Amino acid sequence: MTDQKPDRTLDTDFFRRWLTAATAMVEREAGRLTELDSAIGDADHGSNLQRGFRSVMTELGRESPDGPGAVLVMAGRQLISTVGGASGPLYGTLLRRTGKALGDAPEVTAEQFTEAFRAGVAAVAQLGGAKAGDKTMLDALEPAAEALGTSFGAAAEAAEKGALATVPLQARKGRASYLGERSIGHQDPGATSSALLVAALADTAEATP
Amino acid sequence: MSIEKPVGIVLVSHSGPVAEAVAAMARGLAGGGATAPVAAAGGTPDGGLGTSSELISAAAARVDRGAGVAILVDLGSAVLTVKTLLAEGDELPDGARLVDAPFVEGAVAALVTASAGGDLNAVAAAATEAYQYHKE
Repeated sequence: MTDQKPDRTLDTDFFRRWLTAATAMVEREAGRLTELDSAIGDADHGSNLQRGFRSVMTELGRESPDGPGAVLVMAGRQLISTVGGASGPLYGTLLRRTGKALGDAPEVTAEQFTEAFRAGVAAVAQLGGAKAGDKTMLDALEPAAEALGTSFGAAAEAAEKGALATVPLQARKGRASYLGERSIGHQDPGATSSALLVAALADTAEATP
Repeated sequence: MSIEKPVGIVLVSHSGPVAEAVAAMARGLAGGGATAPVAAAGGTPDGGLGTSSELISAAAARVDRGAGVAILVDLGSAVLTVKTLLAEGDELPDGARLVDAPFVEGAVAALVTASAGGDLNAVAAAATEAYQYHKE
């Protein structure tokens, strides 16, 4: 894995391909996400994200958002309106805030994206009132945002590690928190899907010359 | 009783039947005569459990009379979705506000207050105050 070149540029197509890769991962892993969610949640995480990302794809096919920021804002809005569970507003906020922070530039640098993504993760933390260690998406997203300064690959590794590290944690937010100690021993579905989203990002970066 | 510009109330639940029933109960308990507008936004558009930003936006538009809209929510994605829509800035009417209140008791308190001509602050305060009604 090579270190990130901070001035590497990412164009609109890069972000479209990221979302396409993320959708493919969600489709592939939907069963597993729902299974994880049936252990400590309400067994709909996979199908909810599937519905949300499919609608992102439909919308991307229908209109052509101009610029990386516009692509992410549009995707965020779709997730908010179609997911139907808490992950909708949370992932929607992540993408929309990241997109807004990118503004309307036709291309952004990796460094600018890192800053924007960190703003998106901070907005998720603020919306949900959660922090690292609460057994949520943030356990994958925060380490990923930190490692993104090094490289996309490092971010994916950090997210995956963070998701695995939710297994021994007791949930402190969301429906799983009602389970108290019984939430221990299960990997958090939100942290798992967050790691997929970042893995899709790293795959996209790797496939981009 | 007819108020020129009543505060509107939106009830957001994970369940369509819960939201509808709480709205009906609040209307009933708010007493005879015309009440302030109240709309239910429960579940997903296909009738499942969950939260729909479209149903919420539509309900808020339906009860908006220009005096503000008090939005009461049950839990989880209902809370997060309304917060996100408020942060968005253009999907809810001006003066829409998430009110921190118990869902059923707050809905009754809010509708009674709005139907009596209370402004948005009064409606929100009455709904929040319903937390203080202890049952034991």
